[in-house]
Amino acid sequence: MATVAPARLAEVFVEVADTLVDDFDVIEFLQMITTRTSELVAVPAVGLLLDDGRGRLQFMAASDEETRLLELFQIQHNEGPCLDAFTLGTPVVNADLAHAESRWPTFAPRAAASGFRSVHALPLRLRSTVIGALNLFGTDAGSLEPGDVKIVQALADVATIGLLQEKTIRHGEVLTEQLQHALNSRVVIEQAKGALARTHGIGVDAAFELLRTSARTHNRKLVDLARVVVTEPHTLPGLMR
Amino acid sequence: MGESHQDDLAVVRDLLPRVAPAGDVAADVRTWLGRMCSAAVTALPATGVGVSLMTDTGVLAVAKASDTLTDSLGTLQFTLGEGPCVDAFHEHRPVLVPDLGAVASTRWPAYTAAALASGVQAVFSFPLQVGAARLGALDVYRAEAGELSAPATGLALAFADVTVEALLDAQGAVSAAAEPGGLDGVVDGHYVVYQAQGMTMVDLGVSLVDALARLRGHAYAADRPLLDVARDVVEGRLRLEPDTA
Repeated sequence: MATVAPARLAEVFVEVADTLVDDFDVIEFLQMITTRTSELVAVPAVGLLLDDGRGRLQFMAASDEETRLLELFQIQHNEGPCLDAFTLGTPVVNADLAHAESRWPTFAPRAAASGFRSVHALPLRLRSTVIGALNLFGTDAGSLEPGDVKIVQALADVATIGLLQEKTIRHGEVLTEQLQHALNSRVVIEQAKGALARTHGIGVDAAFELLRTSARTHNRKLVDLARVVVTEPHTLPGLMR
Repeated sequence: MGESHQDDLAVVRDLLPRVAPAGDVAADVRTWLGRMCSAAVTALPATGVGVSLMTDTGVLAVAKASDTLTDSLGTLQFTLGEGPCVDAFHEHRPVLVPDLGAVASTRWPAYTAAALASGVQAVFSFPLQVGAARLGALDVYRAEAGELSAPATGLALAFADVTVEALLDAQGAVSAAAEPGGLDGVVDGHYVVYQAQGMTMVDLGVSLVDALARLRGHAYAADRPLLDVARDVVEGRLRLEPDTA
């Protein structure tokens, strides 16, 4: 895989810095991290999982729906590269899915059947604490070069910093508060996707796009708009009829 | 790692019977909440545990606690309109205060003074919520300052999860005989379940909380796992109707 052009990398970090303003949209931010990671290192599918405070991972964002399903599959079967990176706190790089059945007996065949041939996972680390993992799925057996791995880890670190919204988290309780808030935000968005899908007779993916477009049009945070969709639908006559 | 939360949930479910709505559901819920607070104060490193149920707008509806002191500190927050439990509800996140003595005097001036005077040094408040559906908050009090450990935090979250389930089941009239395993999912990270909640809200024209309760009630009545019912809803094979119980 091609090593990233420095100019493109600089653009992404400027975009990240622009996003990380006060009270930013955490779901859009994580969505952006997965999409940009995918583009930068030319890996077609990227997903992000977070620790739910009970020692378990929850899905937060993915560059596409297939990746989302694979992430959920790992959670459901409690097995896969993301769980390894999270549990061990160390990266999983260039794992060849054709030879990974002994390591991940249910995940490896499922990912291979989805057309992927290689997989990578990088922990989201805050010093000694691991709060989640970033997962990359490749369709060729080509490997991430060391330079690419550094870039992806930098993006994983940026995701961590953005999530915690503070340069130094002095106390574990702030970590718990922020993570629980981010996790609940994801749940709110899923509920709103369901409500929008039913109201408009569309699929949940189309409902997500509708929510994103509407949030951008009205300059609102995705989660704030999603919350209104499911708690005060009558105040959104255009969106919720 | 993967088992730890499941274990926490199993531990908490073992400690508590399900709500048995035998007639007066509100009274049964109060009894259950009282038991939950007593179980939690024993299981957690805590000197007091209280629970506050709130309306959508954050008005206190029901309060129960492991002891009278905790009870009065819980209701005091609503009298004053300030405190960690009020913030946890409105900010949709836990509010964890390991040292009340170190809290800025402007944050909850009256509440902090009252809590410290009562001998409380730390308070940890966990919202009772599933996404945008909010039911209240669970407060854990300690007489000594210090962080709640990660395992204790996990257990407190499990108490909050099981309380949410119990409240929804009381509302959806799910029988006490229901197998908890068959209803797993309200807080289980299955996104299909959350999507089905939003869809059911629209189908029935009810609040999100009511939709959660109705979905669980339907799963129990049909003797099916909640996740299967949710998949049917999301994939268009099932649409709850206002007259189905």
